[in-house]
Amino acid sequence: MSEATETQKPAPTGKKKFELDERLKAYKGIWVFIEHERGVIHPVSLELLGEGRKLADMLGVELAGVVMGPPGDTTRSFCHEAFFHGANLCYLVEDALLTDYRNEPYTKGLTDLVNKYQPEILFLGATTLGRDLAGSVATTLKTGLTADCTELNVDLDARSLLASRPTFGGSLLCTIQTLNYRPQMATVRPRVMAMPERDASRNGRIIEDKLGMVESSIITKVLEFIPDEMQDKPQLPFADIIVSGGRGMKKPENFKLIWDLAAVLGAEVGATRPVVQAGWVELDRQVGQSGKTVRPKLYIAAGISGAIQHRVGMDASDVIIAINNDPNAPIFDFAHYGIVGNAMTILPALTEAFKTHLAMARKAG
Amino acid sequence: MHIVVCIKQVPDSAQIRVHPVTNTIMRQGVPTIVNPYDLFALEEALRIKDQYGGRVTVLTMGPPMAEAALRKAISYGADDAVLVTDRVFAGSDTLATSFALASAIKQINKDMPVDLVFTGKQTIDGDTAQVGPGVAKRLDMQLLTYVSKIRSLDIENKEIVVERRSEGGVQVLKTKIPSLITVLEGNNEMRFATMANMFRAARYPVKIWNKDAAGIEDITKTGLKGSPTVVSKVFAPTPRAVKAEIIQCESNEPKDLSVTLLTKMFTKFPKIEKEISKRAA
Ligand SMILES: Cc1cc2nc3c(=O)[nH]c(=O)nc-3n(C[C@H](O)[C@H](O)[C@H](O)COP(=O)(O)OP(=O)(O)OC[C@H]3O[C@@H](n4cnc5c(N)ncnc54)[C@H](O)[C@@H]3O)c2cc1C
Ligand SMILES: Cc1cc2nc3c(=O)[nH]c(=O)nc-3n(C[C@H](O)[C@H](O)[C@H](O)COP(=O)(O)OP(=O)(O)OC[C@H]3O[C@@H](n4cnc5c(N)ncnc54)[C@H](O)[C@@H]3O)c2cc1C
Repeated sequence: MSEATETQKPAPTGKKKFELDERLKAYKGIWVFIEHERGVIHPVSLELLGEGRKLADMLGVELAGVVMGPPGDTTRSFCHEAFFHGANLCYLVEDALLTDYRNEPYTKGLTDLVNKYQPEILFLGATTLGRDLAGSVATTLKTGLTADCTELNVDLDARSLLASRPTFGGSLLCTIQTLNYRPQMATVRPRVMAMPERDASRNGRIIEDKLGMVESSIITKVLEFIPDEMQDKPQLPFADIIVSGGRGMKKPENFKLIWDLAAVLGAEVGATRPVVQAGWVELDRQVGQSGKTVRPKLYIAAGISGAIQHRVGMDASDVIIAINNDPNAPIFDFAHYGIVGNAMTILPALTEAFKTHLAMARKAG
Repeated sequence: MHIVVCIKQVPDSAQIRVHPVTNTIMRQGVPTIVNPYDLFALEEALRIKDQYGGRVTVLTMGPPMAEAALRKAISYGADDAVLVTDRVFAGSDTLATSFALASAIKQINKDMPVDLVFTGKQTIDGDTAQVGPGVAKRLDMQLLTYVSKIRSLDIENKEIVVERRSEGGVQVLKTKIPSLITVLEGNNEMRFATMANMFRAARYPVKIWNKDAAGIEDITKTGLKGSPTVVSKVFAPTPRAVKAEIIQCESNEPKDLSVTLLTKMFTKFPKIEKEISKRAA
């Protein structure tokens, strides 16, 4: 780690009871910024509602969604989607200036809402939009922001958010707190938290507010939007089966064994950072802290040591199979099944075994 | 055209080793490098200078040894370098870091007006991507994050058009300068240092500013005092209640191991068998 461990001394815990500033006690409730682009809610916002619901219940407060967008039914429908996923209420700001995401109007809109309604905790997705907005809002409000959290909890005594994320280098996590500032802000990457059940019978209150800006006061203009061609891009975050390879695959040519198994299983191919940096597979296939977070039903890891930065990206998989020739590799601490051996001979055998199983299933109809 | 590029000195992650028992990183002897993402920002600035003329100033906040990162940047072709270093900055989180950097940029602006501020997308150590937006807000500059391309720059009308990566596509944005741009990686490649610039870097007198020189009066906005976030605990991830079941069989041949694995897994997790059998169709 850099600055944090060397100079940021751990806050004294347990000894003295922490007393929150009188002025800050007025801040109540948990908010989730509901991100959407081109008419669809980003799933990360719904995942955050699921997690926010748990924390709100622990603190005994309400969970609110913040919906900002152009006037119309679509924007309003996002409030209901938030209710279906656990929110008690939504703050709604409708304005044509909010049609496309732009930093200036969104920062003003969200900052104004926070100042007026005073939430104690504010979550945003760690997406390009969420990070742009969160960093701007936190600086404008002069409060703390914890990036890319992988675990969220609350300390009930101090009424304080416990936001944890991996530390640099070592296989450790650190918990970051924002004690005497409100709101306590954090971002979380897509797929890190579980998607809550959608319950369309739920309802909630909508509190409407105004943006109070005119187009001529906004300096940045959107000239056009060029959508990505989705078909060619790997879609790891939502894949049901993923076969990943690490540096233990030794050579780029050996990665074919990963592709072969993936082909038989109809799976996506994933990789660790060193493999991506060596150019064996494209960046979109990197799983981990600085890559994609995935939660497939089955994750097969070959030649992967299981460093914390990789683990946080795939830990939530239902079943993990690890193939590694080192019986002490950390990945065996959190995989469900392990095969100790050479990936170059195990992988082809595993591919055959799955093939045989599939052939039998086909026969059985 | 005057561009300030913010760079950070970071430990070279490729050379970090983790202590096998305590799980902490062994810092001794780990070489430092310029944060790799910041080189894309620097190269982009140098290209603008090549095309439009002007100056590139590199700026870092850090311990005295961070001077080495600035010299490296001079060797690539930066004109000036400022190191902001003071004990009061120790323990800065991103809010305090953005305050110190923004104060220094205001001082730099007094010598020569700043048109653009560039940062990297994120660092490889703190890894928050929060400093760029923070500096922009502190300076009240237009913020353009995740910029993959600068399409055009109209110096006369003080206008810039950029491509910004967003979820699911690219936004083309037009804004006024001065503005702050966080440069996305992978869209350029750092040039080689020329011999002349290497000599210049060796002799160049890096400007070393303490808090006063950086124009900072209110030290409660810096360092630990100015940092709302505190690290309250460092801990190892909880191991699963049960470790991986290591598959073994009599022969321990790959083929038999694989079949044993599938049998065990399908018995315990029938839904995995279902998921896989779906693919038979
Ligand atoms: C800020 C930061 C962000 C990061 N982000 C990510 C990220 O998003 N994703 C990521 O993956 N990493 C990330 N990393 C890097 C991470 O710390 C590890 O270095 C990386 O995950 C290790 O990759 P690996 O398991 O492929 O390689 P190694 O750690 O080198 O492991 C290779 C493994 O292969 C095994 N092996 C060797 N030969 C064989 C064989 N013949 N058969 C079977 N097994 C064999 C070895 O026993 C070993 O366990 C990040 C690091 C930092 C500091
Ligand atoms: C493991 C770890 C976790 C941390 N988590 C948090 C957290 O959640 N919230 C928080 O507020 N702080 C956190 N910090 C503290 C934070 O790393 C420091 O404040 C650091 O000075 C700047 O943040 P960054 O490294 O994340 O930079 P980023 O915001 O990722 O950097 C973006 C760009 O800003 C520029 N830049 C950043 N730092 C400097 C500098 N010192 N000088 C010049 N330019 C610079 C560079 O161009 C860089 O590419 C953490 C630190 C560590 C080591």
